[in-house]
Amino acid sequence: MLAKVIAPLRSILPEIVAVCAAFMVGAIVLWVTGHPIGDTFYRLFHGAFGTRNAIGTTLTRATPLVFTGLAFSIAFQCGLFNIGAEGQLQVGAFAAAWVGFALPAMPPFVHIPLAFAAAALAGVLWALIPGVLRAKRGVHEVVTTMMLAHVGILLTRYFVFGPFKAPGLIPHTERIASTVQLARIMPPTQLSTALFIALFCAFAVYLFLWKTSLGYGIRAAGLNPTAAEAGGVPITYSIILSLLLSGGLAGLGGAGEVLGVFHRFIDGFSPGYGWDGIAVGLLGRLHPIGIVLSALLFGALRVGGIAIDRTTDVPLDIAVVLQAMVILFIAAPKLLKFIRKRK
Amino acid sequence: MGAIWDILNLALLAATIRMATPLILTAIGGVFTERSGVTNIGMEGMMLFGAFFGVLASYWTGSPWWGMVGGVAAGGVAGAIHALLAIKYSANQIVSALGINVLALGLTPYLSAITWGSRGASDEVAGLPRWEIPLIREIPVISEILGPHAPTVFLMVAIVVVAQIVLFKTKWGLRVRAVGEFARAAATAGVPVQQTRYICVVISGILSGLAGVHLALGHLAMFSWGMTGGRGFIALAVMIFGNWRPYRTLAAGLVFGFADALQIRLQGLGVPVQFMQMIPYLVTIAVLAGVMGRSRPPADIGKPYEAG
Repeated sequence: MLAKVIAPLRSILPEIVAVCAAFMVGAIVLWVTGHPIGDTFYRLFHGAFGTRNAIGTTLTRATPLVFTGLAFSIAFQCGLFNIGAEGQLQVGAFAAAWVGFALPAMPPFVHIPLAFAAAALAGVLWALIPGVLRAKRGVHEVVTTMMLAHVGILLTRYFVFGPFKAPGLIPHTERIASTVQLARIMPPTQLSTALFIALFCAFAVYLFLWKTSLGYGIRAAGLNPTAAEAGGVPITYSIILSLLLSGGLAGLGGAGEVLGVFHRFIDGFSPGYGWDGIAVGLLGRLHPIGIVLSALLFGALRVGGIAIDRTTDVPLDIAVVLQAMVILFIAAPKLLKFIRKRK
Repeated sequence: MGAIWDILNLALLAATIRMATPLILTAIGGVFTERSGVTNIGMEGMMLFGAFFGVLASYWTGSPWWGMVGGVAAGGVAGAIHALLAIKYSANQIVSALGINVLALGLTPYLSAITWGSRGASDEVAGLPRWEIPLIREIPVISEILGPHAPTVFLMVAIVVVAQIVLFKTKWGLRVRAVGEFARAAATAGVPVQQTRYICVVISGILSGLAGVHLALGHLAMFSWGMTGGRGFIALAVMIFGNWRPYRTLAAGLVFGFADALQIRLQGLGVPVQFMQMIPYLVTIAVLAGVMGRSRPPADIGKPYEAG
């Protein structure tokens, strides 16, 4: 019985060590800057999980991270870095909002899927250029996806400052129709059924990557492109497909925020879910179960960081420092081995 | 016609040089790190560290020159962390560089809040002086373009020349290029691969830090949240556009600097500011897509090298 619990724990030991090491560095930063370590971490944890509302808020924050974590991972399984999920998320969110406020009210079972489809399509379009450039001309997708992320952020910002701005001072669109709003499941928090859609997507990505031949092709192309090509996997096709799916997933994440949380597109609605998705995917070892767990951790860090900022004089950016340290420790498995040996 | 000349004037060319300086400094660092076979998309973060610690050191000492030392040192340390992870611990170079970027985005507002009580902006500190070249000061048109500028501008020109000479006229430069093209062959010929890479990545950190100092102390004399604004990434495009060669990188940087200076001026003409801000990103994609003809990166880039 005990062995059954310990065996999977042993396999994720590197991730556990990375998170612990990140918190140790965070403790050093707090100590050097003269802040209480124990109290700060207690408030971080309590702010994220201590009350029913805290848990609801953490789950709300984790939901888009599941989408962007999946988006990063499905491309990385094919050996590609889609680090532009932030832009795909933003254009997806705007597309969903547009379907919500510009189209006439429809029955929810039509309107909601239509909004999600528009968001996915926008995200796919945003990943299309990097995908084609990579597959056909060998242009590295790191720079193209990142540049297009900035273009996407600027384009949606233009929309809500310009042609689609609702009256008033705040740069946002009109409210979306009630027929397209997702149900809230833990009031008064903003947690909505978008969480279930995120979990469903995680399950679908698992089935796709591990149980279908198309998914196998993507993973094979990522593991060893030369061998995969020799084995009959069309590499060009796998590259474009995985980047398009990646963009689509990020776009769905944007729809979840608009339909579930904000009920309109607001400039700056994302505190960087697209960028955080990179860390979520890496810490989750690109596996849907791991992604859901690490989305929970990063969502908790964000919410706990805000709690720290509100109740102490520790700046909330300590949460970002912790996140950076997780990425750095995850980047170098050999460093973790070195730390473990020294203990 | 009058409106056009209001925009296309000598001040625009002066602004071009000022805007191009951080891009060129960072891109020259990029030339070194990539020539040695290590990618570095963490230069954005290293620039941000340089800007912050430059302002912090200037604030503590009251001297912008110590500020410059502080900013350059911070960039160098950030470069050394990336080098250590990428070279010694065989980290995925893109992931470890991203970690540096996120660390800079977290640590700089954290320390800014502790030092000045605001995570958004620092107090104003002592900035770098403006220099003029004595003889050129007397020439009417050229003096308006070439001065007065922050010392970092003149330093940038010197660094470009030195980089070109070092990379293409010295033995060490030849070794750097050999390491980036084919590390195993270079190692067989007795070149210390790891050591060469360490030095090149730290150089890129130092130059990114100097670029940050230019931004923070060269024209504003303060630090503000995320003030590098993606210039570290644009510098990657400048480096590629410059075909991994210092002189061509200088030319490429001036083109991007001109676009940057122009977009600020065009904002007054009714073109939505967001479209203007897109220009550098779109130009980068166009350049990468091969509008300028194909460029070839060093062959061994991104591959960890393990001795033995």
